[in-house]
Amino acid sequence: MTILQQAITIILCALGTMLTRFLPFLVFNTKKPTPKYIQYLGSALPGAIFGMLIVYCLRNVDVLHFAYGLPELIAIAVTISLHLWKRQMLLSIAGGTVCYMLLVQFVF
Amino acid sequence: MHSKSPAVAALKAAFPHTIPIFAGFLFLGMTYGVYMRTSGFSFWYPMIMSVVIFGGSLEFVATSMLLAPFAPVQVFLTAVMIQARHLFYGISMLDKYKGTGWKKPYLIYAMCDETFSVNYTAEIPEGADRGWFYFFVSLLDEFYWFLGATLGGILGGLLRFNTEGLDFVMTAMFVVIFMDQWLKEKHHFSAWIGLIASVACLLIFGADNSLIPTMICILVALTALRKPVEAKTQEAVK
Repeated sequence: MTILQQAITIILCALGTMLTRFLPFLVFNTKKPTPKYIQYLGSALPGAIFGMLIVYCLRNVDVLHFAYGLPELIAIAVTISLHLWKRQMLLSIAGGTVCYMLLVQFVF
Repeated sequence: MHSKSPAVAALKAAFPHTIPIFAGFLFLGMTYGVYMRTSGFSFWYPMIMSVVIFGGSLEFVATSMLLAPFAPVQVFLTAVMIQARHLFYGISMLDKYKGTGWKKPYLIYAMCDETFSVNYTAEIPEGADRGWFYFFVSLLDEFYWFLGATLGGILGGLLRFNTEGLDFVMTAMFVVIFMDQWLKEKHHFSAWIGLIASVACLLIFGADNSLIPTMICILVALTALRKPVEAKTQEAVK
């Protein structure tokens, strides 16, 4: 690839990204009221999105071979327990991550 | 020194929310920078791409697209496919980003997974300006990614910390955000739909092709269940 072709490739990646980020705001602008169906989606989607993002983060975990996704399972359980106990976002995240690092570095 | 400006108050409120993202983005950004460097690119590439594209998973894929023969149409379509989930973020943020003035185009431009998740769920303290809060979360997150990518590109393979497993910080953050949302919401239709659709599509379509089918399943399920979901929401309000 020439420098120009590389630049075009990078710009097209940026344009593709921006299209997906800007489109809803361009289609449903503030001048007209947002359709009821879209308002419904706007309030119902996030719950599903956060579930989707967790699974997306874990998409490469191999549950059929050693370590069978156990480090992930244990670390998520630790994160959830810490969060139910203290409700401190940073503590839950740090605790879960440290637990995961110890598990993959020393146990599994 | 005691400033009461709304921007400063918002920055103070926003920063703690971005600490996990600081850890995650610095690490993942460095991984990306090192990957680009070892793929034969100078540090300028990850540095510029981290700001211009600002979308982690696409930037990794872009590296291999830069090494392949020039295929502009395919590049654009790949970018749209990988990033399609942002359409959902936009629909969810239509109201929240309303009235943020000149900051709005930047907020939309910088709306990555993590920034969306924090800005959607964070409870903004009284006295902190909403628009500035969103702005600083977005700006800090983008800066962390830029910093990581650039450092990784400059240092290349010189880094040898034992950071194995640190990328779990992003998973842990989404788990916590999912829980906060779960504890706040009145019913869990949507959360279950998201989890079940994602796992089912992952099993059927595999790790690399499951996002678009998952989004379609979520959209179909939420549309089909609109009546009962809205009824439940109404019931909870009463």
